Amino acid sequence: MFELYSLIILMILGSLVAIHTKYLLSAVISLTLVGLILCVVFLYLQAPDTAITQIIVEVIALVLLIRAVSIEKGTMGRKGARETFSAIVTTIFLVLFAFFAYRALLDLPQFGFPLMKVSEGYIREGLVKTGSANIVTAVLLDFRAYDTLGEATVLFTAILGAIIVLRKVGRK
Amino acid sequence: MKENKGMTLIVKTVIKFLVPLVILFGVYIILHGHLTPGGGFPGGVVIASAFVLLTLAYGKEVAEKKMKRSLASLLESTGALFFLILAVLGIFLGGWFFSNFLPKGEPLKLLSAGFIPLANIAIGLKVGGGIFAVFLALVIFRIAGEGGEEQK
Repeated sequence: MFELYSLIILMILGSLVAIHTKYLLSAVISLTLVGLILCVVFLYLQAPDTAITQIIVEVIALVLLIRAVSIEKGTMGRKGARETFSAIVTTIFLVLFAFFAYRALLDLPQFGFPLMKVSEGYIREGLVKTGSANIVTAVLLDFRAYDTLGEATVLFTAILGAIIVLRKVGRK
Repeated sequence: MKENKGMTLIVKTVIKFLVPLVILFGVYIILHGHLTPGGGFPGGVVIASAFVLLTLAYGKEVAEKKMKRSLASLLESTGALFFLILAVLGIFLGGWFFSNFLPKGEPLKLLSAGFIPLANIAIGLKVGGGIFAVFLALVIFRIAGEGGEEQK
């Protein structure tokens, strides 16, 4: 456990640096450090699927964020009434979200009480039912394919939004 | 390269040898998603990262010759549609949405696990195309935002 705790303490330190540093680029790099240590944590906890996804997405996110930092000019810092308006809207939304999340979480079973109740069935019958040797893929694309569809839709919408905001045709 | 675009000769040469290997690794991760750790999502991002490397080293023009932004968007939409078609085919051939209608095959072989490899390929196309399209959009926006003056 000592290795895990020292890795987590490093992650917390990286997040603190990301918050308190003066330059945006340093913040981005220390955020990426947090992600890379998270990848090591996943490997330590024996989750290679998550570790592969984490390290690749982290590297791509670093490149994208550095690009985004270098075009920050003129796109940051709203002043005056609009800033107050967006702050108020964000606060109202967060309060509503916390309220409904609290109501929804009341019905959950106690943390860790029926230990491995759901995953037991997947581990026992996964290979027979799906024929997939990698149990993570079996859960992602067979038992829980709805979730993967939702994730694909979220990614599609996000990319659509980014391309529309960053378009060249029709600006100005 | 005749024009003085992109990074230095060392970086360009290394990238030239590296890009095919990175793409091969991405294809391996996608195709073996049901056997080894990995799957459609990481494999797609690996393939996108190969094109990102190409863009960073050689400049936008060379990379767009290999993979146009419209082609990347098209690949993304095709992947998403392919995934949905697989899901809807399950209703007709297997009985319910996302039912695994293909034969399961022998475990630990490349052709096994029914439609899971096909779904992995669909997600890989979708993620790879989408991420590279966003990256190209960001690059183009940066150049337009600087008033055409690129410092590279």
